[in-house]
Amino acid sequence: MPRPEAILCPTPAGLYCAPGKFHIDPVRPVDRAVITHGHSDHARSGHGAVLATPETLAIMQARHGEGFAGTTQGLRYGETIDIDGVAVTLKPAGHVLGSAQVLLQHSALRFVVSGDYKRKRDPTCAAFEPTPCDVFVTEATFGIPAFTFPDAADEIARLVKSAAQFPERTHLVGAYALGKAQRVIRLLREAGYGKTIYVHGALESMNALYARHGIDLGPLAPATAETSRKDDFAGAIVVAPPSAIDDRWSRRFADPLPAFASGWMRVRARARQRQVELPLVISDHADWSELTGTIAEIAPGEVWITHGGEDALMRWAEINGVRARALSLIGYDADEGEA
Amino acid sequence: MRAFAWLLDRLAFTPPRNGKLTLLADYFRDAPDPERGWALAALTGALSFETAKPAFIRKAIEARMDAALFAMSYDYVGDLAETVALVWPAKRGANREPELSEVVDALRSASRAQVQALLEGWLDALDADGRWALLKLVTGGLRVGVSARLAKQALANFGGVDVTDIEDVWHSQHPPYEDLFAWLEKRSDKPTAAAPGRFRPVMLAQAIEQEDLAKLDPKDFAAEWKWDGIRVQAVSERGEKRLYSRTGDDIGRAFPDLLDFLSFEGVIDGELLVMRDGAVASFGELQQRLNRKTADAKLLTGFPAAIRAYDLLVDGEQDLRPLPFRERRQRLEAFVARSRSPRLDLSPLVPFATWDDVAALRASPPAGDAERAEGLMLKRWDSIYEAGRPKGPWFKWKRNPRLIDAVLMYAQRGHGKRSGYYSDYTFGVWREDANGDRALTPVGKAYFGFTDEELKQIDKFVRDHTVERFGPVRAVRADRDFGLVLEVAFEGLQRSTRHKSGVAMRFPRISRLRWDKPAREADDLATLERMLDEGAPPPRQGR
Repeated sequence: MPRPEAILCPTPAGLYCAPGKFHIDPVRPVDRAVITHGHSDHARSGHGAVLATPETLAIMQARHGEGFAGTTQGLRYGETIDIDGVAVTLKPAGHVLGSAQVLLQHSALRFVVSGDYKRKRDPTCAAFEPTPCDVFVTEATFGIPAFTFPDAADEIARLVKSAAQFPERTHLVGAYALGKAQRVIRLLREAGYGKTIYVHGALESMNALYARHGIDLGPLAPATAETSRKDDFAGAIVVAPPSAIDDRWSRRFADPLPAFASGWMRVRARARQRQVELPLVISDHADWSELTGTIAEIAPGEVWITHGGEDALMRWAEINGVRARALSLIGYDADEGEA
Repeated sequence: MRAFAWLLDRLAFTPPRNGKLTLLADYFRDAPDPERGWALAALTGALSFETAKPAFIRKAIEARMDAALFAMSYDYVGDLAETVALVWPAKRGANREPELSEVVDALRSASRAQVQALLEGWLDALDADGRWALLKLVTGGLRVGVSARLAKQALANFGGVDVTDIEDVWHSQHPPYEDLFAWLEKRSDKPTAAAPGRFRPVMLAQAIEQEDLAKLDPKDFAAEWKWDGIRVQAVSERGEKRLYSRTGDDIGRAFPDLLDFLSFEGVIDGELLVMRDGAVASFGELQQRLNRKTADAKLLTGFPAAIRAYDLLVDGEQDLRPLPFRERRQRLEAFVARSRSPRLDLSPLVPFATWDDVAALRASPPAGDAERAEGLMLKRWDSIYEAGRPKGPWFKWKRNPRLIDAVLMYAQRGHGKRSGYYSDYTFGVWREDANGDRALTPVGKAYFGFTDEELKQIDKFVRDHTVERFGPVRAVRADRDFGLVLEVAFEGLQRSTRHKSGVAMRFPRISRLRWDKPAREADDLATLERMLDEGAPPPRQGR
């Protein structure tokens, strides 16, 4: 049996599958790419051929426009295709709409590349599917024991309560444009919040795309001030990309109350540094207990850690007798906005 | 515990005062007795457990998890209580969260040896926010930006009463304050305030300017110097001796030297000052004694505190507050003379005939204590002592502020209505640096004094001339050839070891934008140093 590194190995462009001659989530243009999900640090434009779930392809097209790759091929969850002798299957990762783990089978070795993933419930995408394998390649964005996230519904309950407590202020929720924003909106609907939710222009195309995929986001309206008075937004919930909250854009609202939906909000110093008044600990990534619990559940022969808090996860692996290796891939920004 | 933890969490992240008031009043409405009463006690400092030292908490966590993993977490989070709250590996089984009242009751009766098991059991039962609140409570540091004054205002809002009504009864009430809440919910009458040694809500003055004086008749008013110390109320009734700040906080523990000398029966309203041989020392010297829980012997002899009395609220058993000022003043003069206390003297009346006389005194006070005064007080001879800030009976006419021209160096984003604007400004003046070049040194920070229009102009300047960003703070271009000059007004200046420049301003605010003035022509540190209060002692070493 060949060494696993002969089949899958880290390169400057990203993880490379040598027998299949393709990269996974390459950070620079390559001939053939398998893309796990649509976030911009994983799904770049300019590759020769792209294989991904149909949802991810739709997201890439919406973000990068037609011609974002030479050719594209959609592969539904659970379907398998052969690429030069490597059997490739996509499994749901539970991160955002269309997000996938990549299962590679070659020479009787099974690899699962998790991409970004989470185990908590998300009404806007398919749930993570644990898949037995020899090598589990995991992310570790929140790979420190301090990151243990609460139930997102409890966090949304805080937002709903605050909106009722401060009807004279505009609740301005920072949420990443792909995935987080739609999850927050959907969770608000599940919590019984039926009012119109106002959204920043940068969210509109993803909201529409999610709606086309059957995610009911309820009544939405653009958060534009041209046709309305400042007071119109008093008591409203407005969802915007995190960068817009700090920006001049936020001035159009009555006495804004800045909120931010992100796993980084678990740490108070982070929330204070951003001057957030209502930190919402809602993440699309696995927290520490999900990372360690998933490894324990899958029980792979070895674990490779792509990026994030690898020191702590390596230490955990050592204590628990798990073979682990840090790949230290670069180019995947554990950016505040996306997490 | 969960509701209390949510409250603490939100208070910690809500800077606006009105926001805090809403959160508190809502909590008082939603939480049952005795939970809300214990929460109030914890917030106002009436309840403090220092049962758990940080070392104890560290030991508890290291018995539960790998030391290296804990160290990595602590390193990332930076706060011990917060780290432990986040990483605590809960044992299953204890699934009923304790209420705040259970925690309080148990801690009050527990022995030292029992505390550890209690704490660990609670940590197992609570979620991360609850654990954080518990750990902050037992280590004695809530630090969520709630003063006793703010909590009382929230109670007043909750009950629809005036805050002076709360202050009136506050010192006769004890945790968990069930009588107080019953009254505020109109389920019972106002609790009695008759406890000896209690605080009487104070009367405050309105600010006045020269042009407003013309409408007033000088014959109706008495004038006094406005002393530059802190307003206090000294109470000595039936053996209860207390010293209160003007908001009713008991500050007696920091002034044992004064309490000993309250050898009278009554309630005095006056100014707390550092005094030597009957002469007033600077506010900077008084500051050495402020914001401390206790005072050591060195501080007591080095900075002797005294009270300069200007009103008498209770004489013996008699409440003088319904009497006119003229009568109270006569009683006060006799009272102070009778007491023969070396730490108590009388704030003299300042004779005058016309408002021009007062204006002249304000512009150039006579040599001595009056030079250290902040301005003058004008009180109607017929004014009764009325809690709050009534319009008309008392006025304060402050001296003109001091002004300097400084250069804007850093700007920070504001909160609430100002959250999209850079509204908090750090400014500096010129000094010579190590290489002999002129360089700016920060001397203060101000976030008001400007109009909304000026705020927009400064904000644009900040955005257009940012040279560096640190989180919510931007450094702006400020050098010999370019920068925004701000005219800064302030009340006084002290030496400070905490500030790089060695000086600290009191009450700085932006008085004018000097778009016309070249940055290099802003003031030098030497100018500020010349303004330093005379007679201030050399700076103390940092504690």
